[in-house]
Amino acid sequence: MIISAVLSVITNQFGGTGDSISQILSILFYVVFIVFLFYGQRIQMYVMIREVEGSLYKLKYIKEEGRKIAIETIKEIGKPKTDPSARVDRYLEYFTIQPQSMDPAGIVYKLDHILDVRDTRLKDEVKIMAPASDEVQVNNLENTLEAAMALNFIYKVVRHFYIQGKKTLSLYIIMQLQMILPLVMKEAKAYASALKAFAYGQPIGDGVGALVAAKLLLGYETRKVPKDCVVGTVSLEGRTAFIIKAEGPGGNVGKPGDAVKAVVEENEGKIASVIMIDAGLKLEGEIVGEVAEGIGAAIGGPGVDQYKIEEALLEYHIPIYAVIVKEDIGDAVSPMRKEISDSADKAIERVRNVILERTKEGDKVIIAGVGNSIGIGQ
Amino acid sequence: MSENSSAATTRISTYLTIIVLIVLGLSVVALILSVNAFIVGNEVVAGYLLIIGFIAMGLSVYVLFQSRKRAASMKIEAPKVMSTVECKKCGFKSLREFQRGDYIFKELDACQKCEDKMMITAIYKEVKEKEKTFAF
Repeated sequence: MIISAVLSVITNQFGGTGDSISQILSILFYVVFIVFLFYGQRIQMYVMIREVEGSLYKLKYIKEEGRKIAIETIKEIGKPKTDPSARVDRYLEYFTIQPQSMDPAGIVYKLDHILDVRDTRLKDEVKIMAPASDEVQVNNLENTLEAAMALNFIYKVVRHFYIQGKKTLSLYIIMQLQMILPLVMKEAKAYASALKAFAYGQPIGDGVGALVAAKLLLGYETRKVPKDCVVGTVSLEGRTAFIIKAEGPGGNVGKPGDAVKAVVEENEGKIASVIMIDAGLKLEGEIVGEVAEGIGAAIGGPGVDQYKIEEALLEYHIPIYAVIVKEDIGDAVSPMRKEISDSADKAIERVRNVILERTKEGDKVIIAGVGNSIGIGQ
Repeated sequence: MSENSSAATTRISTYLTIIVLIVLGLSVVALILSVNAFIVGNEVVAGYLLIIGFIAMGLSVYVLFQSRKRAASMKIEAPKVMSTVECKKCGFKSLREFQRGDYIFKELDACQKCEDKMMITAIYKEVKEKEKTFAF
C-alpha cells in the first residue's frame, strides 16, 4: 500500500493518472527515456562489447584447441623425446617482416628471399620438434602449425582491439571490431577446420587445382622442378602438355612461378599458351564447385609467383588463360567438399576446350594446377 | 599482461551486471505488487504484474548466464571424410571412411574381383547444410 501511494505521488508529479500499472509504466517510461538520453551511446557500446566478448571466448577456445591439436599431432607422428609444448608456443609467435617498400624496385625478389628463409626456418623447426617424421609428415605438420599460428594471431588482434576499446571507452574502436567480427569468426572457424585436415593429411578445397593436374598426370612419369613442384609431359588433344603441380601428397603449395618459368625456358619460349587452374573465391549466392574461365595468372599468395609467371610469359608473348573452381574461404581450407571434388572433371573439360579453341595441333602448352597438394599424390 | 587480459575476457562487464540487477529488482517489485493487487482483489492487474515480473526476471537471469554458457557449448567439429577406392581395370568401387595415410591416387591392396591393384580416386566430405533461400 505504501509503494502504491509513493507511485501515485510520483506519477502525479509527472502528470500521470490512473491505476497502479499505468503509474509504474509511466515512471518506467520516464526512467528509460532519461537513461537513454544520457547513456544511450554507452549502453550501445556495452552491448557491442558483450558481443565482442562472446566471440573472444570462442576465439580463445579455438586457439587453445588449435595448439592442443598441433602438440598432440607432433607427439603422435614425430615421437619427440622431450615435450614439444614450449617449442610449439615459440613457433606460434613467429613473425615475418615485409621488405621495405620505399624504393619498390626489386621488392618482389626481396620478398621471395624472405619467404624462402621463413619456409626453411619453419621446416627446420618442425624437424627438430618431430624427429621421427618423414618429408610428407613434416609438410603436414608445418601446415598444421601454420593454421594454429593463424588462429593465435586472429585471437591476439581481436583481443588487442577489445582491450583498447574497453580502456579508451571508444565507441568507434568497438564498433569497427563488432562490424568485422562475423567475417573474422568465419575465417577462424575455417582455420579450425583446416587444423584437423592438415593433421590427418586430408585434401583441402584449395587443392582442387592440384587435383586437376594430378588427374591429368595419372599414369605418366613426373620429374621434379624448382621449387617443390613436379612436371609431367602428357599428350592432350594432339598437343604436348606440360602438367605442373606442387609435389604431393604432403601439405605443399610449391613455387609454381619458378616451375612455369623453368618449363618456358627449357622450351626456349616455344609455348603456345599457359592454362592455370586454381580455386577461386566465390561471391555469396554463387554455387560451390562452379567452374569459370578467364584470362590471367590464376594464383593467390603474396604475389611473388604471379609476378614471376607474368614476367616469364611477357618475355615470350605467351597468352595465359585461367580456369577457376569457385568456393568460399571456409571450403578452401577445410577438407575438400564433394562438390569441389566432382568439379575437377568439369575443370578438365574446360581445359580441353581452351586447348582445342586456342591452340593448334602439335603445339606445346603448359597446364599448371595451383594449390595445396595435401592428400593429393601424382 | 596476458593473464590480466584473459581474465578480462572471462567476466561480464560491471555496467551490464548493474543493468541486469536493476531489471531483476524491478521484476521483484512487480511480483510484490502483483501479490498486493491479488490481496486487494484486483485479479486482472495482479495477472499483468505477474506476467511482467516473470518475463523481466527470466530475461535478466538469461542474460546473466548466457555469456558463461557460450564458452561451454563450443567445440571444433571434425567432418566425416570419405575415401573412394576404385579398381581401374574392372571398375569395382567402394566407399570407406578416411584413414590416416590415405591420399588421392594411392595404390592399395588387390581388388576383390579381378586382383588388380585398387586405388584411392577421391577423398571428400559431404556437407548437408540447410541452404537459406534468397530471392536472387
